[in-house]
Parts: sequence; structure tokens; C-alpha cells
Amino acid sequence: MTGTTSSGAGFDYGLFSFASKDEMLRKSQEFWNPGKTQFWIDSGVPLVIDRREGYFLYDMSGKRLIDVHLNGGTYNLGHRHPEVVHTVSTAMQHFDIGNHHFPSLARTALAEALIASAPGGLTKVIYGSGGGEAIDIALKTARHTTQKRKIVSIVKAYHGHTGLAVGTGDERFSQLFLADAPEDFPHVPFNDLDAMEQALAGRDVAAVIMETIPATYGFPLPNPGYLRAVKQLCERYGALYIADEVQTGLMRTGELWGITKEGIEPDIMVTGKGISGGLYPIACVLVNERSAGWLTQDGFGHISTFGGAELGCIAALKALEITSRPETRSRVHYLADVIGSGLRRIQDTCPDWFTGIRQNGVIFGLEFDDPQGAKYVMKHLYENGVWAIFSTLDPRVLQYKPGILMSPELADELLDRTAVAITKAAREAAGQHGSRAVRAGWEGRR
Amino acid sequence: MSASFSSRPGPGPGPASGSSGVPGIASLPAMPLAPGGTPRALAMVERAEWAARAFARYDIATVRRIAHAAALAGAAQACRLAEEAVRETGFGVVEHKVVKNESCSIGLWQAYGDHDYVSPRIDEQAKILRVPRPAGVILALTPSTNPVATTFSKIMFGLLTRNAIVISPHPYAAGVCAEAATVMAQAAVAAGAPDGCVQVVTEPSVPLVDALMASSRVSLIVATGGTAMVRAAHSSGNPALGVGPGNVPVLVDATADPGAAATAILDSKAFDNSVLCTNESVLIVVESVADALEKALTRQGAHLTSPAETDAVRAVIFDGDRLRTEWIGREATAIAAAAGIRVPARTRVLITPIDLVVPEEALAHEKLLPVLALTRVPTAERGIDVARAVLRISGQGHSAAIHSRDAATVMAFGSSVPVMRISVNVGNSLGSSGFHTNLAPTMTIGTGFTGRSALTANLAPEHLVAETQVAYGSSPATPMPSFSGLDPWYAPDGPVPQYPVASNLDDAASGRSAGRGAEHASASSAGANGVAGPQESDELRDHLRRLIVEELRAMVKG
Ligand SMILES: Cc1ncc(COP(=O)(O)O)c(C=O)c1O
Repeated sequence: MTGTTSSGAGFDYGLFSFASKDEMLRKSQEFWNPGKTQFWIDSGVPLVIDRREGYFLYDMSGKRLIDVHLNGGTYNLGHRHPEVVHTVSTAMQHFDIGNHHFPSLARTALAEALIASAPGGLTKVIYGSGGGEAIDIALKTARHTTQKRKIVSIVKAYHGHTGLAVGTGDERFSQLFLADAPEDFPHVPFNDLDAMEQALAGRDVAAVIMETIPATYGFPLPNPGYLRAVKQLCERYGALYIADEVQTGLMRTGELWGITKEGIEPDIMVTGKGISGGLYPIACVLVNERSAGWLTQDGFGHISTFGGAELGCIAALKALEITSRPETRSRVHYLADVIGSGLRRIQDTCPDWFTGIRQNGVIFGLEFDDPQGAKYVMKHLYENGVWAIFSTLDPRVLQYKPGILMSPELADELLDRTAVAITKAAREAAGQHGSRAVRAGWEGRR
Repeated sequence: MSASFSSRPGPGPGPASGSSGVPGIASLPAMPLAPGGTPRALAMVERAEWAARAFARYDIATVRRIAHAAALAGAAQACRLAEEAVRETGFGVVEHKVVKNESCSIGLWQAYGDHDYVSPRIDEQAKILRVPRPAGVILALTPSTNPVATTFSKIMFGLLTRNAIVISPHPYAAGVCAEAATVMAQAAVAAGAPDGCVQVVTEPSVPLVDALMASSRVSLIVATGGTAMVRAAHSSGNPALGVGPGNVPVLVDATADPGAAATAILDSKAFDNSVLCTNESVLIVVESVADALEKALTRQGAHLTSPAETDAVRAVIFDGDRLRTEWIGREATAIAAAAGIRVPARTRVLITPIDLVVPEEALAHEKLLPVLALTRVPTAERGIDVARAVLRISGQGHSAAIHSRDAATVMAFGSSVPVMRISVNVGNSLGSSGFHTNLAPTMTIGTGFTGRSALTANLAPEHLVAETQVAYGSSPATPMPSFSGLDPWYAPDGPVPQYPVASNLDDAASGRSAGRGAEHASASSAGANGVAGPQESDELRDHLRRLIVEELRAMVKG
């Protein structure tokens, strides 16, 4: 493999190269995604991720960022965690994606490990290549099991953009592709048990799908007992409970699966993102015996060439092992304590601007007193060396997700940078409302 | 199986042509699927980093409560762990290990519990405020010979100074060390210590220890063990307190009481079958008292070997000049039997006369078993030369002993023999380790510059804590304010870290901070009761009092 150009001061990645960041951005618009590319330029976050290591990202310019977006938890363990890298590269001496029809070594090993780690009642694992596919599998499974069609989700839920999953989410994503289907996918307000009961009372619902804490909605916390009551309603009205643990699983709440903290044994549980350490895509659906029927009745009911790719399974085995260590759990508890109290101290300095902290473990939603508040904060965080993203479905709220293996010093540094950025964002939002371009970009998106 | 899937029925080679074709996962090169090993140990260090950071802000009252709880828990398990140590390693004597385990738990509490390595001190004259700052994460390497006692003592020192400690035990004693550490760790955490402040590596190995020693998150290595490991600690790039091996010369001069000297030397040499590095190795006796001393030794359970027997013993316990490890800490009678020597059943020590202390005489080397070399000298002056010869072989900086009533000889010995501590008229095993003298009681003997160590004293808590000195200008015109009533440290009001309850549940319970406070206050008092209350029964307290009087009289300085 040779580089296309030897570009002197440019950016040579061996297989490809760019003369400059500007050229790269131009080609990104030309050949990839003009809308997205422009959006980030307009937002004041012109990030093109180059080097990545641990919890650090480096822009092409060399600018270092602490990653507290983590692609929704994909990089829980950090970028290119050495143990996962070693495991996957070693495995490449022997394994590849595998064949999706035959019994598979790595797929079986991972399934056994997942079931051992999972809430009670879950007995079998079905694989997808990404979260959306896994959600689709979960929804198909629920439909098959109950022989009902309707799927209830909450308003502003986010379960992915594949065929069925997109119907459970916000219209912002389904209408664009004429994929909204309100008859089959009723949405009810979050934390509203009456609305949930109304939706289920007709006994024609296959499943309720719930993020344990709705991520893209800005991590609003379920009211105490809400999820448990939803589970009971499911039982009463013959619907399955699907726990979407794509963002809340993998120790982010201080327990391996967020749903166990709620005391719930779901019928189906979905994990993705961080499950394979950010190195090889895979997503997993864990089902209980009741929902596992089709796997016996028609084992070829769902087919996916890359679903459960063996290299992904091996990455996941390692990531799961690292994540499940007692040391990791302890560190998450320390980190949650330190970041939580650090953020509250920052909040005390500007309570009118920084109006709320939603926290469960190291999952944080930071609320600001402006409908677009988190976008200001995101921009200032970026300028101050931190990458965190606003909540797409509630831009008042910043998603703030420190990595579970973050060191004490990095936690301190993160808080220092955050304090400065939040103060600066407050000034900008309160005063002149800053960069016109930023606002134009945002308005363009809505 | 469904027919809806159309597959071609091709012949396909099936799962490898022949059973050897496809290696299973287990046979792959270094496939790190299993937990444990080095990554796990490094994870422990990272967890310890958090614990150290929290611990460093604890106040003295909490620290004392924690150290006391750990000491009591350790003492309560002293017997069981002594038995397990002997079972696992095959070294030593259970009763003696019980003494050591108690000495290194409740004994160390008695010795150091009223010291304060935590609170700031103010020197008004010098206008300097001194703030104790713990090292942070201590990596403690412990030996197979004294596994529980060394583990206990390092944990006690770590807790008293607010350090987090990761124990990496010798592989021969990994099981019992893990148990010992867990006993103290659980008691400490129940009494309020931060989670993870005491951890132990369960699968120690050379590469694992190397990786731990090289970790930049380790603040200090305290290495008690073999020379190679200590050297590695010193060259790791991290601060290290390593100690060298011993090879203890003991001189008995013409002024000594032969009967008393014989008792002290034999008790010491027989203690735990000589596994303490402070045990006597070469007995140097001045000709004029030699016969009397030999008679006293024989009377008290030693067997003096004939020249042929000496050769036989040497051949059993040494391979060239290397001590055969399988004989470490074994009974004298077992060694005698292997050498084909008939000895009375009460024999505690074999004494092997040698003429010359030189490197090629294996018996002049360190012997972690109850064989004591003996050599006669015409004068005390020659005896000092021979003591120096013993230490040229090994053991520089470690320890020596002398039995003498003559101050000039003791002074000459103390100023010529290159060791950092000398026990006078007491056995060296418990003398130089501070349990039968007023030296600091310890399981880790600093061997000083001659012994290639930065630590010259007996390892004590003070070596694990640094001090920030806050100094005012020396000019009388620069005043220093009063710091009285200021304590930068705190008493945690619950488990550290707090369990990560969802923030809206926290709020729901009551007001945030009030809710937390109340919840944790009750949790911590329950923890303290759980540890210190019921376990500190009258019986145990009596037992401890007896123990302390009997075994540690000299040590408790108030
Ligand atoms: C909660 C949740 N579920 C499902 C998905 C979909 O996963 P993927 O993007 O891998 O299809 C996401 C992605 O952000 C998510 O956040």
C-alpha cells in the first residue's frame, strides 16, 4: 500500500492523503455529506478527527480534545484501548467475519458471556451489525412472539434509523424518508404512566421499547418507579418490555446494565456501541425464553451477513471483560462522585444559566437556560479542548459522558475546562448572542 | 430447521480435515480472552489511584478508626492465616507465625496507633507549617517466607499514613497473602476507608510485577524480597524502598554470659525455623568461652555436627553456594534426617563448625533454615574481622548481633561492622526487627547505602509519608498567623465513593445534601460497630493484652 501523494506539509495516511484540512473539508462536501460537513463548520466545531488515543481526539490541526461524547458510549473504554486492540489484532491471525449460517465459535462464546452478565431471565443472543439492526431484530422478535404489530415508544425516543427502529423515534428522522407510521408506532410522553396505560389498554401492543435513560432527548431521568410501573403495565396488557441499553449499559450507570439498577428483568435487551470497544461493529439482542421461540421455529428468520461478525464478537468479549472488572466498577463510582460534585460546584457559580444536572453514574445531561443553550456550551467546550454534543432532540441539554476508565487527573482537567467553557457560553448567550454563522447553521437544521 | 433458506448442498470440507486442522481458541497465540494477569493488576493500580486520592484527605480520627479495625481483624485471623501460610509455602512454624501475625497487626497498632501521620503541625519558632502528604499508590512486594506478617505490616503502615496499597505477593504464597489482605481490606472499608485502598494481585508473575513496577501511577515501591526483585524495583524509574538480603554474623566475646547467649541465639535461630531475614547465620565465638558456649548450646537443643556431618548438611541444603529453596524454613530434625544424622527429637538447630569464612564456604552464606555455622576466633578484634568477612559474602547493611558486656567491644563492633542495626545480648531475629528491642518494629529492614538502599532504618509508617512545608519569611517582620482550629482534612460521612444513585432519586429522598448526609452517617456508624464493636470482645482484649505484654514489651513506648 502506498500513499497517493507524498505531500510534504500535507496529510499522508498511506492509502490516501490530503494537502490540507481545507481540501479535506471540500472533498467531504463533494463526495460525502455536504449537509453534515457544513453544519459542523457553522457550529464552530470544525472537527476532523485525526489521531485518537485513550480519551483524546486530535483534530487534523493537531488540536487535542477530551472526548466526552464517546459516540454515545462507543468509546467507553477510550479510543483504541490497548487490550482490545491487541485482542482483535491477535484474533485476525485466525478469525474473520465468519459465516452467518453456521454455528460459530466466537458468536457462541460471546453469547454465553453476555447471558452470564445479563439481568435474570435472558437466555439467548441474536446479533446485528449495528444498534439499529439490533433494535429491528428486537421489534420483529416482539411481533413474532406476541403476534401483535404495535410498538409503543416515548416521544423523543431514539432507537436508530433502520426500517422499524426509525418508526419509534422522532418525526424529524422518519418523515424525511416517508417512514413515519403513527398507527403502528404510537409515541407517548415520557414519565407519563396514564398515557402509557392508555396506549397499552387495547391489548394490541407487541412491545414497549424504552431507553433506560433517553439519550438523544438529553438524558431526562425516569421518575422513581416509572420504568418498573411501565414493566408492570406491559405484563398486565400482554406486551413485551424491550430495554434499549445501547447508551445506558456497559457500566455507565455504575452497574453493568442500567436496567438492573431499576430492578427490572426485561423481556428483551439491546446493547451496541461500546460493546465492542469501538473497534469492530457489532450489536446484540438478548431475549428471554418466551421471546426466543423463533430461533427454534425458524433459525433463519433473521439473516445478516455482518451480524455477529466473529471479529466483533471477540472485540466484545474483551470489552465486556474489561468493563465487568470490579476495578472498573469501583472507578466508575469514584468518577461519578468526582464529576458529579465538580459539576455541582460549577453550577453554584452560575445557577441561572446552568440550571440543572441530570446524573446517573457517569451519564450526565446538563441543562442550560436557553432553548439552544447546549450548542453554545458545545462550541465553547470545543474551543477549550473538550468534545461534548448537544442533545439533538432537546438542544437545551448537553450530553456529557466521561469515559468509564478516566483517570483522576483527567477528570480534574475536564472539570477545569468545563468550568471555563460554561462561563464563557453563559456570557455569549446572555449578551450579544455571538456568532451569526453558528445561529444560521443551527436554524438551518431545525 | 426451516426449508425457507436455500442452501447448496455442496460437499464442503466440514470442520477441518482432521481434528488437528483448526486450533481451538485456547491454542491461539496469546489470545487474551481470559480475565486476570497483568491487565487486571494494572487496573488495580488505577483503582488504587482513586482510593489514594480520596484517602489523602481523611482526618486523623477516621484514620485511627480504620487502622484499628484492620488490626483487630488481622489479629483475629492470625492463627488461621499462620496455619495456611505453613500449609501453602511449607516454610516455618505455625506458633511462631501466629506471634508474627499478631505482632504485625495489633502489635503495630499498639506501637503506632497513637502516632499522627495525618494532622498538620505548626512550628511557631521556625514559622513553618508542615502538612503530611501521603505517597499515594504504594506497590508492596511481599516475600514467601513471611507472607502474612509482611502483608499485614505493609497494610497497617499504609492505612496509618492514608496510602492506597497494592500487594503483589510472592507466587509461592499468593493464596494466603490474598486472604490476609482481604481480611484487613474488608475491615478497613467497613470502618470507612475508601474502596480499593487495599488490593492484592491474585496471579503474580514476573512480567506482571515488572509491568506494575513500571507503572507511572505507582508512587512508591516497597520491596521486601529477593535481590533480583529489589534491584528491579530500584531500576523501575519509580521511587522505591528496597532492602537487601541479610547474612547475620553474631559475635560472642569473652565477657558474655555463655548460657544467656546460647538461649538468645537458639531461640532466635529456631524462631519460625529461621525464615526471618534477621536470623543468625554465622556464630563467631572467642576461643576462651567457646567450650562453655558449645556446651550450653548443646544442652538447649542444638546439635553440633562432626566434620563428616558438616559435609553432609552442606550437601543437603546447598547446591554449590545456592541454598536449596525446598529446605527453607524446614525443621532441624528433617534436615538432619536428610543428611543421615541421628539427632534427639528435641533438636532445634544444627550447628556446623567451619574454619574459614570465605565465599567458597557455602555454610558462610545466608541460611533461611535452622543451620548455624560456627567459627572460633582468638580475640574479639579478630571476631570483628570475621563478622566483616561474613558480610562481604552478602548481607551488607542488614544486621548483626553481639553478646558482650564490654562497652568498648560493642563500640568497636558497632563502628566497624557494615550494618545498619546491631542487636546486643538479644536474639537478632526479633531484635533487629524491633520486636525485642526499641528499634522500630517492622518486617522490612532498610539496608542503607552499603546495602544499596535509600532506606537505612527499619521501615516504619513515617517512610511512607512526605510533608509539605509551608514556610514564612525568616525576618521577624513577617508574622505567621495562628493556624489553630484549622484542619484541612475531613471525616467522610459514608462510603467512599458514594454509590451512584440517580440524581432525581437523591433529590426525592429529601434535600440533596441532607439526604446524603443522613444516609451515610448511619451507614458509617453501622460499619464501625460491625468491625470494632462485637469483635473487640473481652476475651480478645485480654488475649491481646497478654500478647502485648509477653511479646512486645520492649516495643511499646507509649
Ligand atoms: C439508545 C440508542 N439505541 C439505538 C441506537 C442505534 O444504534 P446505531 O447507530 O448503531 O444503529 C442508538 C444510536 O445512537 C442509540 O443511542
